[in-house]
Amino acid sequence: MLKKRLVPVLVLRDGAVVRSVNFKHTNVIHWRPLTAVDFFNKWAVDEIVVLDVSRTKDERQKFYEVVERLSRKCFVPMTVGGWVDSTEEVRALLRLGADKVVLNTEAVRRPALISECAVAFGSQCIVVSIDVVGAKNAARVHIDRGAEATTLAPVDWARRAQTLGAGEIFLTSIDREGTGTGYDLALVRAVVDAVGVPVIAFGGAFEWQHLVDGILAGAAAVAAANVFHFTEHSTKKAKEFMRAAGVDVR
Amino acid sequence: MIVVVDYGAGNLRSVVNALESLGRGVSIADSPEPLRQATAIVLPGVGAFSDGMEGLRKRDLVEPLTEAVMGRRVPYLGICLGLQFLAREGLENGRHEGLGWLPGVVRRIEPPDARFKVPHIGWNDVQIRRRGVLLEGVEDPAVFYFLHGYHLDPGDADDAVTSTCFHGVTMAATLEHDNIFAAQFHPEKSQHAGLQLLENFLKAAGA
Repeated sequence: MLKKRLVPVLVLRDGAVVRSVNFKHTNVIHWRPLTAVDFFNKWAVDEIVVLDVSRTKDERQKFYEVVERLSRKCFVPMTVGGWVDSTEEVRALLRLGADKVVLNTEAVRRPALISECAVAFGSQCIVVSIDVVGAKNAARVHIDRGAEATTLAPVDWARRAQTLGAGEIFLTSIDREGTGTGYDLALVRAVVDAVGVPVIAFGGAFEWQHLVDGILAGAAAVAAANVFHFTEHSTKKAKEFMRAAGVDVR
Repeated sequence: MIVVVDYGAGNLRSVVNALESLGRGVSIADSPEPLRQATAIVLPGVGAFSDGMEGLRKRDLVEPLTEAVMGRRVPYLGICLGLQFLAREGLENGRHEGLGWLPGVVRRIEPPDARFKVPHIGWNDVQIRRRGVLLEGVEDPAVFYFLHGYHLDPGDADDAVTSTCFHGVTMAATLEHDNIFAAQFHPEKSQHAGLQLLENFLKAAGA
């Protein structure tokens, strides 16, 4: 049977791994993303997500270099995103070693981008990332790293993204992100029930129980950033906990 | 000479890295000439079937590949799309011709039950029917990384299926027929078991 996945997220700014709380990127954790990836390779993570939150597109060049170096050392699947706004960009990232590429802001601004990418590269390579502020009926999709609100409800946008060709949804609660209070489980369940593609939950996980709760809410994969950088041997311990709780992990 | 075919579809880098980590030098070919000297051919690929086949055609690779694999019987390892191309046709975004080296049709994965999400993404168990070359020394069941929304329905080539996976439907995971070897999952991303599979192919190819 297909296993549930544990996915550490590296948030990079200007080539360094940063800590993120409610999308405000605060202190730098490691200067060298390769160090983080080295640990993850040894500790049986299932995939890695690398997101660039650099403030300007000029800092992008450093990100490409990081992606290329990471892909040489990263023997698990790697999903890459941040500022992706064209099929050329997707192609470039795939050639640098990414297995999947994340679309976010530009997909909302120009939804045809999703289908263009799905037709060119296959849906399985295209992850649409949805950032949400607010809960339940007040939940709305935000873009541009939380700076801009839209009137889109997450479930509606997720369904549309799937129709356009998204192969996966990466679902983040901005309110929960960095707070360590767990995923927005109602949000996860609502999106999981609305779409036929896998959903990766992100934003708020800090205890191993949060990861289990995310799986029970229907997520195919549970992702976390800060927790894996601050706890020793954390991904191994996380999996032990999940396994003991009855979750089928690798 | 081990040739990895570059036809513009997705992630070449991981496959090359994996082969090099096994101590082999590889040549990357995006044109017909290197295929003439190939003693082993690896065709990776993630992407859409039609786009991939178009990439092969645009680079004039279809005839040289067929000549090498079906003519000279050069050992061939297809990964993901590289397995799907073996089919006569693929049904992603319309009907598209494959290489046709084996019977079979590439169809969308259609599980009978909404609990099974599509695309099939992640680590799944593989049930071994026969070890053949690829699965020598691999545990049973082994776990490999899958990333696909379509699968090869082998039709008359069912004998060539050496292992399967289950995701709402049972699907071919590896195929072996003569000098043709293929995996639907990504051995280059499947850590130890995947590297074992690649080593098995390379040894069998005398590479």
